[in-house]
Amino acid sequence: MNQLQNFTKGFFKENPILVLVLGTCPTLATTTSALNGMGMGVATTFVLIGSNVVISLLSNVIPDKVRIPAFIVIIASFVTIVDLVMQAYVPGLYETLGIFIPLIVVNCIVLGRAEAYASKNSVLSSFFDGLGMGLGFTMALGIMGAFREIVGSGSIFGYKFIPGDGILVFILAPGAFWVLGYLIALINRLKRT
Amino acid sequence: MEYILIVISAVFINNVVLAQYLGVCPFLGVSNKVNTALGMAGAVVFVIVLATMVTYLIQTYVLEKLGIGFMQTITFILVIAFLVQMVEIILKKISQPLYQALGIFLPLITTNCAVLGVAILVIKKDYNLLEGVVYGASTAIGFGLALVILAGIREQLELVDVPKGMKGVPLSLVIAGILALAFMGFTGIVK
Amino acid sequence: MAKTESTFKNMVLSLTLIALGSSAGLGFVYELTKEPIALSVLNKKLNAIREVVPEFDNNPNDEMYMLATGEGDSLEIYPARKNGEIIGYAVNTYTNEGFSGYINLMAGFKPDGTIINISVLQQKETPGLGTKMSDPGFKDQFMEKNPADFQLKVIKDGGPVDAITAATISSRAFCDAIERAYNTLQKGGQK
Repeated sequence: MNQLQNFTKGFFKENPILVLVLGTCPTLATTTSALNGMGMGVATTFVLIGSNVVISLLSNVIPDKVRIPAFIVIIASFVTIVDLVMQAYVPGLYETLGIFIPLIVVNCIVLGRAEAYASKNSVLSSFFDGLGMGLGFTMALGIMGAFREIVGSGSIFGYKFIPGDGILVFILAPGAFWVLGYLIALINRLKRT
Repeated sequence: MEYILIVISAVFINNVVLAQYLGVCPFLGVSNKVNTALGMAGAVVFVIVLATMVTYLIQTYVLEKLGIGFMQTITFILVIAFLVQMVEIILKKISQPLYQALGIFLPLITTNCAVLGVAILVIKKDYNLLEGVVYGASTAIGFGLALVILAGIREQLELVDVPKGMKGVPLSLVIAGILALAFMGFTGIVK
Repeated sequence: MAKTESTFKNMVLSLTLIALGSSAGLGFVYELTKEPIALSVLNKKLNAIREVVPEFDNNPNDEMYMLATGEGDSLEIYPARKNGEIIGYAVNTYTNEGFSGYINLMAGFKPDGTIINISVLQQKETPGLGTKMSDPGFKDQFMEKNPADFQLKVIKDGGPVDAITAATISSRAFCDAIERAYNTLQKGGQK
Protein backbone atom coordinates (compact mmCIF):
# COMPACT_ATOMS: atom_id res chain seq x y z
CA MET A 1 0.00 0.00 0.00
CA ASN A 2 1.17 3.53 -0.58
CA GLN A 3 1.98 5.92 2.20
CA LEU A 4 -1.37 7.64 2.06
CA GLN A 5 -3.24 4.37 2.62
CA ASN A 6 -0.70 3.46 5.25
CA PHE A 7 -1.40 6.71 7.06
CA THR A 8 -5.18 6.67 6.86
CA LYS A 9 -5.78 3.06 7.82
CA GLY A 10 -5.43 4.03 11.45
CA PHE A 11 -8.47 6.26 11.26
CA PHE A 12 -11.18 3.86 10.18
CA LYS A 13 -10.26 0.50 8.68
CA GLU A 14 -7.80 -0.41 11.41
CA ASN A 15 -8.65 2.07 14.13
CA PRO A 16 -6.62 0.78 17.07
CA ILE A 17 -9.35 1.06 19.69
CA LEU A 18 -12.62 0.86 17.77
CA VAL A 19 -11.62 -1.91 15.39
CA LEU A 20 -8.56 -3.67 16.79
CA VAL A 21 -9.79 -3.11 20.39
CA LEU A 22 -6.33 -2.30 21.71
CA GLY A 23 -5.58 0.25 24.39
CA THR A 24 -8.88 -0.14 26.21
CA CYS A 25 -7.61 0.87 29.66
CA PRO A 26 -6.49 4.42 28.87
CA THR A 27 -9.54 4.82 26.63
CA LEU A 28 -11.92 4.12 29.48
CA ALA A 29 -9.97 6.09 32.03
CA THR A 30 -9.07 9.30 30.24
CA THR A 31 -12.19 10.06 28.21
CA THR A 32 -14.00 11.95 30.93
CA SER A 33 -13.69 14.96 28.68
CA ALA A 34 -12.76 15.61 25.08
CA LEU A 35 -9.56 17.47 25.97
CA ASN A 36 -8.38 14.82 28.42
CA GLY A 37 -8.95 12.06 25.88
CA MET A 38 -7.19 13.94 23.12
CA GLY A 39 -4.32 14.83 25.44
CA MET A 40 -3.84 11.14 26.11
CA GLY A 41 -4.05 10.43 22.40
CA VAL A 42 -1.39 12.97 21.54
CA ALA A 43 0.97 11.66 24.22
CA THR A 44 0.47 8.13 22.91
CA THR A 45 0.99 9.28 19.31
CA PHE A 46 4.31 10.79 20.24
CA VAL A 47 5.45 7.53 21.82
CA LEU A 48 4.12 5.55 18.86
CA ILE A 49 6.02 7.62 16.31
CA GLY A 50 9.21 7.66 18.36
CA SER A 51 9.28 3.97 19.08
CA ASN A 52 8.17 2.95 15.57
CA VAL A 53 10.93 5.00 13.98
CA VAL A 54 13.71 3.88 16.32
CA ILE A 55 12.67 0.25 16.20
CA SER A 56 12.48 0.33 12.43
CA LEU A 57 15.95 1.90 12.33
CA LEU A 58 17.39 -0.76 14.59
CA SER A 59 15.39 -3.68 13.28
CA ASN A 60 18.31 -5.22 11.45
CA VAL A 61 20.63 -4.82 14.40
CA ILE A 62 18.52 -6.32 17.16
CA PRO A 63 18.85 -10.12 17.33
CA ASP A 64 15.50 -11.82 17.05
CA LYS A 65 15.58 -13.60 20.40
CA VAL A 66 15.90 -10.38 22.40
CA ARG A 67 13.59 -8.22 20.35
CA ILE A 68 10.79 -8.02 22.93
CA PRO A 69 12.97 -6.75 25.79
CA ALA A 70 14.71 -4.41 23.35
CA PHE A 71 11.38 -3.03 22.13
CA ILE A 72 10.23 -2.61 25.72
CA VAL A 73 13.29 -0.57 26.66
CA ILE A 74 12.92 1.65 23.61
CA ILE A 75 9.20 2.19 24.16
CA ALA A 76 9.68 2.78 27.89
CA SER A 77 12.31 5.39 27.11
CA PHE A 78 9.95 7.38 24.93
CA VAL A 79 7.23 7.06 27.54
CA THR A 80 9.56 8.43 30.19
CA ILE A 81 10.48 11.34 27.93
CA VAL A 82 6.80 12.16 27.39
CA ASP A 83 6.22 11.81 31.14
CA LEU A 84 9.00 14.25 32.04
CA VAL A 85 8.10 16.76 29.36
CA MET A 86 4.43 16.76 30.31
CA GLN A 87 5.28 17.12 33.98
CA ALA A 88 7.36 20.15 33.15
CA TYR A 89 5.19 21.96 30.62
CA VAL A 90 1.57 20.82 30.95
CA PRO A 91 1.24 19.98 34.67
CA GLY A 92 -2.57 20.25 34.66
CA LEU A 93 -3.01 17.58 31.97
CA TYR A 94 -0.18 15.56 33.55
CA GLU A 95 -2.08 15.36 36.84
CA THR A 96 -5.38 14.51 35.19
CA LEU A 97 -3.92 11.67 33.14
CA GLY A 98 -1.98 10.50 36.20
CA ILE A 99 -0.88 6.91 36.19
CA PHE A 100 -1.97 6.39 32.58
CA ILE A 101 1.06 8.24 31.25
CA PRO A 102 3.60 5.64 32.39
CA LEU A 103 1.02 3.02 31.44
CA ILE A 104 1.45 3.99 27.78
CA VAL A 105 4.35 1.55 27.88
CA VAL A 106 1.92 -1.35 28.22
CA ASN A 107 -0.58 0.09 25.77
CA CYS A 108 -0.97 -2.85 23.42
CA ILE A 109 -1.13 -0.45 20.49
CA VAL A 110 2.48 0.58 20.90
CA LEU A 111 4.04 -2.84 21.38
CA GLY A 112 1.61 -4.22 18.83
CA ARG A 113 2.69 -1.81 16.08
CA ALA A 114 6.33 -2.30 16.97
CA GLU A 115 6.07 -6.05 16.61
CA ALA A 116 3.64 -6.21 13.71
CA TYR A 117 4.87 -3.32 11.61
CA ALA A 118 7.89 -1.30 12.61
CA SER A 119 10.20 -4.25 12.91
CA LYS A 120 9.38 -5.30 9.37
CA ASN A 121 9.03 -2.09 7.44
CA SER A 122 10.98 0.94 6.36
CA VAL A 123 11.51 3.92 8.60
CA LEU A 124 9.25 6.14 6.54
CA SER A 125 6.40 3.61 6.50
CA SER A 126 6.80 3.07 10.22
CA PHE A 127 6.62 6.79 10.78
CA PHE A 128 3.33 7.08 8.92
CA ASP A 129 1.98 3.94 10.53
CA GLY A 130 2.70 5.39 13.96
CA LEU A 131 1.29 8.78 13.03
CA GLY A 132 -1.87 7.34 11.50
CA MET A 133 -2.55 4.88 14.31
CA GLY A 134 -1.83 7.52 16.90
CA LEU A 135 -4.10 10.11 15.31
CA GLY A 136 -6.83 7.52 14.78
CA PHE A 137 -6.56 6.69 18.46
CA THR A 138 -6.68 10.38 19.35
CA MET A 139 -9.73 10.87 17.18
CA ALA A 140 -11.57 7.97 18.82
CA LEU A 141 -10.62 9.23 22.28
CA GLY A 142 -11.79 12.68 21.31
CA ILE A 143 -15.17 11.42 20.10
CA MET A 144 -15.71 9.29 23.16
CA GLY A 145 -14.48 12.02 25.46
CA ALA A 146 -16.72 14.59 23.83
CA PHE A 147 -19.77 12.36 24.15
CA ARG A 148 -19.11 11.59 27.81
CA GLU A 149 -18.38 15.21 28.55
CA ILE A 150 -21.49 16.56 26.84
CA VAL A 151 -23.86 14.03 28.37
CA GLY A 152 -22.10 13.60 31.68
CA SER A 153 -20.94 17.10 32.57
CA GLY A 154 -22.98 19.30 30.30
CA SER A 155 -19.87 20.90 28.88
CA ILE A 156 -17.64 20.63 25.83
CA PHE A 157 -13.95 21.47 25.80
CA GLY A 158 -14.49 22.89 29.25
CA TYR A 159 -17.34 25.24 28.36
CA LYS A 160 -20.41 24.40 30.40
CA PHE A 161 -23.64 24.94 28.54
CA ILE A 162 -26.03 23.83 31.24
CA PRO A 163 -26.11 24.85 34.90
CA GLY A 164 -25.44 22.01 37.30
CA ASP A 165 -24.53 18.45 36.40
CA GLY A 166 -25.34 16.24 33.46
CA ILE A 167 -26.08 12.53 33.66
CA LEU A 168 -23.18 11.81 35.97
CA VAL A 169 -22.96 8.10 35.37
CA PHE A 170 -21.39 8.85 32.01
CA ILE A 171 -18.27 10.33 33.51
CA LEU A 172 -18.00 7.45 35.95
CA ALA A 173 -16.85 3.88 35.36
CA PRO A 174 -20.15 2.32 34.26
CA GLY A 175 -20.64 5.05 31.67
CA ALA A 176 -17.15 4.53 30.32
CA PHE A 177 -17.77 0.85 29.69
CA TRP A 178 -21.17 1.48 28.14
CA VAL A 179 -20.09 4.26 25.80
CA LEU A 180 -17.11 2.25 24.55
CA GLY A 181 -19.23 -0.88 24.17
CA TYR A 182 -21.87 0.88 22.10
CA LEU A 183 -19.28 2.76 20.05
CA ILE A 184 -17.61 -0.51 19.06
CA ALA A 185 -21.00 -2.06 18.35
CA LEU A 186 -21.81 0.92 16.14
CA ILE A 187 -18.55 0.53 14.23
CA ASN A 188 -19.26 -3.20 13.84
CA ARG A 189 -22.64 -2.34 12.38
CA LEU A 190 -21.17 0.26 10.04
CA LYS A 191 -18.49 -2.14 8.88
CA ARG A 192 -21.06 -4.58 7.67
CA THR A 193 -22.98 -2.10 5.52
CA MET B 1 -6.74 -3.80 60.97
CA GLU B 2 -5.10 -1.58 58.41
CA TYR B 3 -4.56 -4.62 56.26
CA ILE B 4 -8.19 -5.65 56.27
CA LEU B 5 -9.05 -2.15 55.07
CA ILE B 6 -6.53 -2.43 52.27
CA VAL B 7 -7.97 -5.79 51.22
CA ILE B 8 -11.62 -4.70 51.23
CA SER B 9 -10.79 -1.47 49.48
CA ALA B 10 -8.74 -3.12 46.75
CA VAL B 11 -11.11 -6.01 46.07
CA PHE B 12 -14.48 -4.26 46.25
CA ILE B 13 -14.41 -0.50 46.61
CA ASN B 14 -11.66 0.38 44.20
CA ASN B 15 -11.81 -2.78 42.14
CA VAL B 16 -8.86 -2.64 39.79
CA VAL B 17 -10.89 -3.40 36.66
CA LEU B 18 -14.32 -2.01 37.42
CA ALA B 19 -13.27 1.20 39.15
CA GLN B 20 -9.68 1.86 38.11
CA TYR B 21 -9.85 0.66 34.50
CA LEU B 22 -6.72 -1.46 34.80
CA GLY B 23 -6.52 -4.93 33.30
CA VAL B 24 -9.38 -4.49 30.86
CA CYS B 25 -7.77 -6.19 27.83
CA PRO B 26 -7.32 -9.63 29.42
CA PHE B 27 -10.62 -9.00 31.21
CA LEU B 28 -12.34 -8.89 27.82
CA GLY B 29 -10.19 -11.58 26.27
CA VAL B 30 -10.07 -14.41 28.78
CA SER B 31 -13.47 -14.15 30.33
CA ASN B 32 -15.53 -16.54 28.24
CA LYS B 33 -15.01 -19.62 30.35
CA VAL B 34 -14.94 -19.72 34.13
CA ASN B 35 -12.10 -22.25 34.20
CA THR B 36 -9.77 -20.22 32.02
CA ALA B 37 -10.72 -17.13 33.98
CA LEU B 38 -9.70 -18.82 37.21
CA GLY B 39 -6.42 -19.94 35.70
CA MET B 40 -5.66 -16.46 34.40
CA ALA B 41 -6.58 -14.93 37.75
CA GLY B 42 -4.22 -17.30 39.52
CA ALA B 43 -1.35 -16.48 37.18
CA VAL B 44 -1.98 -12.75 37.59
CA VAL B 45 -2.07 -12.98 41.40
CA PHE B 46 1.24 -14.77 41.31
CA VAL B 47 2.88 -12.24 38.97
CA ILE B 48 1.49 -9.19 40.78
CA VAL B 49 2.61 -10.37 44.21
CA LEU B 50 6.12 -11.08 42.99
CA ALA B 51 6.22 -7.91 40.94
CA THR B 52 5.14 -5.67 43.82
CA MET B 53 7.83 -7.17 46.02
CA VAL B 54 10.66 -6.85 43.53
CA THR B 55 9.70 -3.40 42.22
CA TYR B 56 9.31 -2.05 45.76
CA LEU B 57 12.77 -3.28 46.66
CA ILE B 58 14.28 -1.87 43.50
CA GLN B 59 12.54 1.48 44.01
CA THR B 60 13.73 1.80 47.60
CA TYR B 61 17.22 0.44 47.37
CA VAL B 62 18.28 1.34 43.87
CA LEU B 63 16.18 4.04 42.21
CA GLU B 64 15.78 6.30 45.22
CA LYS B 65 19.26 5.67 46.59
CA LEU B 66 20.78 6.71 43.29
CA GLY B 67 18.28 9.47 42.65
CA ILE B 68 17.25 8.03 39.31
CA GLY B 69 13.52 7.90 39.98
CA PHE B 70 12.82 8.67 36.35
CA MET B 71 14.06 5.19 35.41
CA GLN B 72 11.06 3.74 37.21
CA THR B 73 8.99 2.97 34.13
CA ILE B 74 11.79 1.14 32.36
CA THR B 75 13.00 -0.93 35.31
CA PHE B 76 9.50 -1.85 36.46
CA ILE B 77 8.35 -3.07 33.07
CA LEU B 78 11.56 -5.06 32.57
CA VAL B 79 11.08 -6.75 35.94
CA ILE B 80 7.53 -7.63 35.00
CA ALA B 81 8.53 -8.97 31.59
CA PHE B 82 11.15 -11.16 33.24
CA LEU B 83 8.72 -12.46 35.89
CA VAL B 84 6.13 -13.33 33.25
CA GLN B 85 8.74 -15.32 31.33
CA MET B 86 9.45 -17.25 34.52
CA VAL B 87 5.75 -17.95 35.07
CA GLU B 88 5.44 -19.20 31.49
CA ILE B 89 8.32 -21.62 31.94
CA ILE B 90 7.03 -22.87 35.29
CA LEU B 91 3.47 -23.28 34.03
CA LYS B 92 4.62 -25.18 30.97
CA LYS B 93 6.33 -27.64 33.30
CA ILE B 94 3.61 -28.13 35.89
CA SER B 95 0.35 -27.78 33.96
CA GLN B 96 0.40 -28.19 30.18
CA PRO B 97 -3.41 -27.98 29.75
CA LEU B 98 -3.61 -24.68 31.61
CA TYR B 99 -0.64 -23.39 29.65
CA GLN B 100 -2.45 -24.28 26.41
CA ALA B 101 -5.75 -22.82 27.55
CA LEU B 102 -4.23 -19.49 28.45
CA GLY B 103 -2.41 -19.39 25.14
CA ILE B 104 -1.32 -15.97 24.01
CA PHE B 105 -2.78 -14.35 27.11
CA LEU B 106 0.02 -15.62 29.31
CA PRO B 107 2.81 -13.55 27.77
CA LEU B 108 0.25 -10.78 27.52
CA ILE B 109 0.25 -10.51 31.31
CA THR B 110 3.30 -8.37 30.70
CA THR B 111 1.15 -5.76 29.02
CA ASN B 112 -1.63 -6.12 31.56
CA CYS B 113 -1.90 -2.56 32.82
CA ALA B 114 -2.98 -3.92 36.18
CA VAL B 115 0.45 -5.36 36.91
CA LEU B 116 2.48 -2.28 36.08
CA GLY B 117 -0.30 -0.07 37.41
CA VAL B 118 -0.30 -1.75 40.81
CA ALA B 119 3.49 -1.63 41.05
CA ILE B 120 3.42 2.12 40.45
CA LEU B 121 0.45 2.69 42.78
CA VAL B 122 2.21 0.94 45.67
CA ILE B 123 4.99 3.50 45.40
CA LYS B 124 2.58 6.41 44.96
CA LYS B 125 0.53 5.40 47.99
CA ASP B 126 3.67 5.17 50.07
CA TYR B 127 2.98 1.66 51.31
CA ASN B 128 5.74 -0.30 53.00
CA LEU B 129 6.75 -3.68 51.63
CA LEU B 130 4.15 -5.73 53.52
CA GLU B 131 1.31 -3.27 52.82
CA GLY B 132 2.37 -3.19 49.19
CA VAL B 133 2.27 -6.95 48.85
CA VAL B 134 -1.10 -7.15 50.57
CA TYR B 135 -2.41 -4.41 48.31
CA GLY B 136 -1.00 -6.17 45.25
CA ALA B 137 -2.49 -9.51 46.20
CA SER B 138 -5.87 -7.95 46.99
CA THR B 139 -5.88 -6.08 43.70
CA ALA B 140 -5.17 -9.32 41.87
CA ILE B 141 -7.97 -11.02 43.77
CA GLY B 142 -10.28 -8.18 42.78
CA PHE B 143 -9.19 -8.68 39.19
CA GLY B 144 -9.88 -12.39 39.50
CA LEU B 145 -13.27 -11.71 41.04
CA ALA B 146 -14.34 -9.40 38.24
CA LEU B 147 -12.98 -11.85 35.68
CA VAL B 148 -14.80 -14.87 37.11
CA ILE B 149 -18.09 -12.98 37.45
CA LEU B 150 -17.90 -11.83 33.85
CA ALA B 151 -16.96 -15.35 32.70
CA GLY B 152 -19.93 -16.82 34.52
CA ILE B 153 -22.27 -14.32 32.91
CA ARG B 154 -20.79 -14.83 29.47
CA GLU B 155 -21.07 -18.61 29.73
CA GLN B 156 -24.81 -18.11 30.24
CA LEU B 157 -25.05 -15.59 27.41
CA GLU B 158 -23.65 -18.16 24.97
CA LEU B 159 -27.04 -19.81 25.12
CA VAL B 160 -28.94 -16.67 24.16
CA ASP B 161 -29.52 -14.77 20.96
CA VAL B 162 -27.40 -11.64 20.80
CA PRO B 163 -27.57 -8.97 18.05
CA LYS B 164 -24.64 -9.47 15.70
CA GLY B 165 -23.06 -6.09 16.23
CA MET B 166 -23.04 -6.55 19.97
CA LYS B 167 -21.45 -10.00 20.01
CA GLY B 168 -18.23 -10.36 21.89
CA VAL B 169 -16.47 -7.21 22.98
CA PRO B 170 -19.37 -4.71 22.98
CA LEU B 171 -21.53 -7.06 25.04
CA SER B 172 -18.74 -7.70 27.54
CA LEU B 173 -18.23 -3.98 27.89
CA VAL B 174 -21.89 -3.33 28.58
CA ILE B 175 -21.94 -6.08 31.20
CA ALA B 176 -18.75 -4.68 32.70
CA GLY B 177 -20.51 -1.35 32.95
CA ILE B 178 -23.38 -2.91 34.87
CA LEU B 179 -20.89 -4.69 37.14
CA ALA B 180 -19.06 -1.41 37.68
CA LEU B 181 -22.36 0.21 38.63
CA ALA B 182 -23.03 -2.60 41.09
CA PHE B 183 -19.58 -2.34 42.62
CA MET B 184 -20.07 1.40 43.11
CA GLY B 185 -22.49 0.38 45.80
CA PHE B 186 -19.51 -0.69 47.88
CA THR B 187 -18.21 2.84 48.39
CA GLY B 188 -18.81 3.99 51.89
CA ILE B 189 -18.84 0.57 53.55
CA VAL B 190 -15.46 1.38 55.06
CA LYS B 191 -16.02 4.10 57.62
CA MET C 1 13.43 -10.34 11.24
CA ALA C 2 17.00 -9.40 11.87
CA LYS C 3 20.05 -9.73 9.79
CA THR C 4 21.88 -10.06 13.08
CA GLU C 5 22.16 -13.59 14.42
CA SER C 6 20.89 -14.36 17.90
CA THR C 7 24.27 -15.40 19.24
CA PHE C 8 24.86 -14.87 22.92
CA LYS C 9 27.45 -12.21 22.23
CA ASN C 10 25.14 -10.31 19.88
CA MET C 11 22.21 -10.46 22.25
CA VAL C 12 24.17 -9.17 25.20
CA LEU C 13 25.89 -6.53 23.13
CA SER C 14 22.75 -5.17 21.52
CA LEU C 15 20.77 -5.11 24.76
CA THR C 16 23.60 -3.39 26.59
CA LEU C 17 23.97 -0.78 23.88
CA ILE C 18 20.25 -0.10 23.81
CA ALA C 19 20.15 0.12 27.60
CA LEU C 20 23.09 2.52 27.62
CA GLY C 21 21.64 4.59 24.82
CA SER C 22 18.27 4.94 26.48
CA SER C 23 19.75 5.70 29.90
CA ALA C 24 21.91 8.41 28.39
CA GLY C 25 18.98 9.88 26.46
CA LEU C 26 16.74 9.81 29.49
CA GLY C 27 19.37 11.29 31.77
CA PHE C 28 19.66 14.14 29.32
CA VAL C 29 15.92 14.80 29.15
CA TYR C 30 15.73 14.52 32.93
CA GLU C 31 18.33 17.23 33.41
CA LEU C 32 16.55 19.41 30.89
CA THR C 33 13.18 19.12 32.60
CA LYS C 34 14.30 19.11 36.23
CA GLU C 35 13.91 22.83 36.73
CA PRO C 36 10.62 23.35 34.88
CA ILE C 37 9.17 20.45 36.88
CA ALA C 38 10.31 21.86 40.22
CA LEU C 39 8.92 25.21 39.15
CA SER C 40 5.50 23.86 38.25
CA VAL C 41 5.26 21.93 41.54
CA LEU C 42 6.07 25.11 43.42
CA ASN C 43 3.57 27.11 41.39
CA LYS C 44 0.80 24.67 42.12
CA LYS C 45 1.34 25.15 45.85
CA LEU C 46 1.62 28.91 45.56
CA ASN C 47 -1.57 29.03 43.52
CA ALA C 48 -3.43 27.13 46.20
CA ILE C 49 -2.08 29.53 48.81
CA ARG C 50 -2.97 32.55 46.69
CA GLU C 51 -6.57 31.42 46.63
CA VAL C 52 -6.98 31.39 50.39
CA VAL C 53 -5.02 34.37 51.72
CA PRO C 54 -4.94 38.02 50.67
CA GLU C 55 -2.27 39.24 48.25
CA PHE C 56 1.16 38.73 49.73
CA ASP C 57 4.64 39.83 48.78
CA ASN C 58 6.78 37.20 50.49
CA ASN C 59 7.35 33.59 49.50
CA PRO C 60 5.17 31.57 51.87
CA ASN C 61 6.81 28.38 50.69
CA ASP C 62 10.21 29.56 51.89
CA GLU C 63 8.78 30.37 55.30
CA MET C 64 6.83 27.15 55.65
CA TYR C 65 6.92 25.51 59.05
CA MET C 66 5.24 22.49 60.58
CA LEU C 67 2.92 22.45 63.58
CA ALA C 68 1.84 19.35 65.49
CA THR C 69 -1.84 18.54 65.35
CA GLY C 70 -1.83 16.70 68.64
CA GLU C 71 -2.85 13.52 66.84
CA GLY C 72 0.67 12.37 66.11
CA ASP C 73 1.29 14.21 62.87
CA SER C 74 1.80 17.79 61.73
CA LEU C 75 0.42 20.24 59.21
CA GLU C 76 2.27 22.61 56.91
CA ILE C 77 1.75 26.28 57.76
CA TYR C 78 2.49 28.92 55.11
CA PRO C 79 2.65 32.47 56.48
CA ALA C 80 1.68 35.21 54.06
CA ARG C 81 3.12 38.68 54.59
CA LYS C 82 2.72 42.10 53.12
CA ASN C 83 5.39 44.69 53.89
CA GLY C 84 6.74 42.33 56.51
CA GLU C 85 3.43 42.11 58.39
CA ILE C 86 1.60 38.78 58.64
CA ILE C 87 -1.71 39.03 56.80
CA GLY C 88 -2.72 35.40 56.88
CA TYR C 89 -1.77 31.78 57.32
CA ALA C 90 -2.44 29.09 54.73
CA VAL C 91 -2.76 25.71 56.40
CA ASN C 92 -2.43 22.50 54.39
CA THR C 93 -4.98 20.38 56.21
CA TYR C 94 -6.75 17.09 55.64
CA THR C 95 -9.34 14.66 56.91
CA ASN C 96 -9.77 10.92 56.56
CA GLU C 97 -13.45 11.09 57.39
CA GLY C 98 -14.60 11.67 53.84
CA PHE C 99 -17.16 9.35 52.31
CA SER C 100 -14.35 7.98 50.16
CA GLY C 101 -11.62 8.71 52.65
CA TYR C 102 -8.87 11.28 52.34
CA ILE C 103 -9.67 14.91 51.57
CA ASN C 104 -6.93 17.55 51.30
CA LEU C 105 -7.75 21.23 51.83
CA MET C 106 -5.80 24.49 51.94
CA ALA C 107 -7.42 26.76 54.53
CA GLY C 108 -6.52 30.42 54.91
CA PHE C 109 -6.88 32.09 58.31
CA LYS C 110 -6.42 35.69 59.46
CA PRO C 111 -4.05 36.14 62.40
CA ASP C 112 -7.08 36.28 64.70
CA GLY C 113 -8.31 32.90 63.50
CA THR C 114 -11.03 34.06 61.12
CA ILE C 115 -11.36 31.92 58.02
CA ILE C 116 -10.49 33.81 54.85
CA ASN C 117 -11.10 31.17 52.20
CA ILE C 118 -10.73 27.44 51.54
CA SER C 119 -9.40 25.59 48.52
CA VAL C 120 -10.05 21.90 47.88
CA LEU C 121 -6.78 20.32 46.78
CA GLN C 122 -7.69 16.68 46.63
CA GLN C 123 -10.82 14.64 47.09
CA LYS C 124 -12.50 11.58 45.65
CA GLU C 125 -16.01 12.07 46.96
CA THR C 126 -19.10 11.07 45.04
CA PRO C 127 -19.42 13.21 41.93
CA GLY C 128 -22.49 15.44 42.10
CA LEU C 129 -22.72 15.06 45.86
CA GLY C 130 -19.58 15.28 47.96
CA THR C 131 -17.71 16.95 45.13
CA LYS C 132 -19.98 19.97 45.63
CA MET C 133 -17.73 20.90 48.53
CA SER C 134 -15.61 22.76 45.99
CA ASP C 135 -18.56 24.91 44.93
CA PRO C 136 -18.87 28.44 46.30
CA GLY C 137 -22.44 27.51 47.23
CA PHE C 138 -21.08 25.38 50.05
CA LYS C 139 -17.57 26.72 50.66
CA ASP C 140 -18.43 30.38 50.91
CA GLN C 141 -20.46 29.98 54.09
CA PHE C 142 -17.18 29.54 55.97
CA MET C 143 -15.72 32.84 54.83
CA GLU C 144 -15.29 35.51 57.51
CA LYS C 145 -16.35 33.03 60.20
CA ASN C 146 -14.18 32.50 63.25
CA PRO C 147 -14.29 28.92 64.59
CA ALA C 148 -14.06 30.40 68.08
CA ASP C 149 -17.70 31.39 67.81
CA PHE C 150 -18.78 29.57 64.63
CA GLN C 151 -19.08 25.90 65.52
CA LEU C 152 -17.73 23.66 62.77
CA LYS C 153 -20.63 21.26 62.93
CA VAL C 154 -23.44 20.61 60.47
CA ILE C 155 -27.02 21.51 61.37
CA LYS C 156 -27.83 17.84 61.92
CA ASP C 157 -25.21 17.76 64.67
CA GLY C 158 -26.47 20.95 66.27
CA GLY C 159 -24.15 23.37 64.51
CA PRO C 160 -24.64 26.20 62.03
CA VAL C 161 -23.04 24.65 58.97
CA ASP C 162 -25.42 24.13 56.05
CA ALA C 163 -24.46 20.67 54.79
CA ILE C 164 -24.56 19.65 51.13
CA THR C 165 -27.88 18.01 50.39
CA ALA C 166 -27.52 14.21 50.59
CA ALA C 167 -23.80 14.56 51.36
CA THR C 168 -23.75 14.94 55.12
CA ILE C 169 -20.70 12.75 55.58
CA SER C 170 -18.64 14.75 53.07
CA SER C 171 -19.79 17.99 54.73
CA ARG C 172 -18.86 16.67 58.18
CA ALA C 173 -15.46 15.62 56.88
CA PHE C 174 -14.91 19.09 55.42
CA CYS C 175 -15.61 20.60 58.85
CA ASP C 176 -13.28 18.10 60.46
CA ALA C 177 -10.42 19.23 58.22
CA ILE C 178 -11.05 22.92 58.93
CA GLU C 179 -11.26 22.27 62.65
CA ARG C 180 -7.97 20.38 62.53
CA ALA C 181 -6.36 23.34 60.76
CA TYR C 182 -7.79 25.90 63.19
CA ASN C 183 -6.85 23.94 66.30
CA THR C 184 -3.35 23.24 65.09
CA LEU C 185 -2.79 26.89 64.28
CA GLN C 186 -4.17 28.12 67.60
CA LYS C 187 -2.29 25.54 69.65
CA GLY C 188 1.02 25.92 67.92
CA GLY C 189 1.03 29.64 68.17
CA GLN C 190 1.70 31.94 65.29
CA LYS C 191 5.13 33.03 64.21
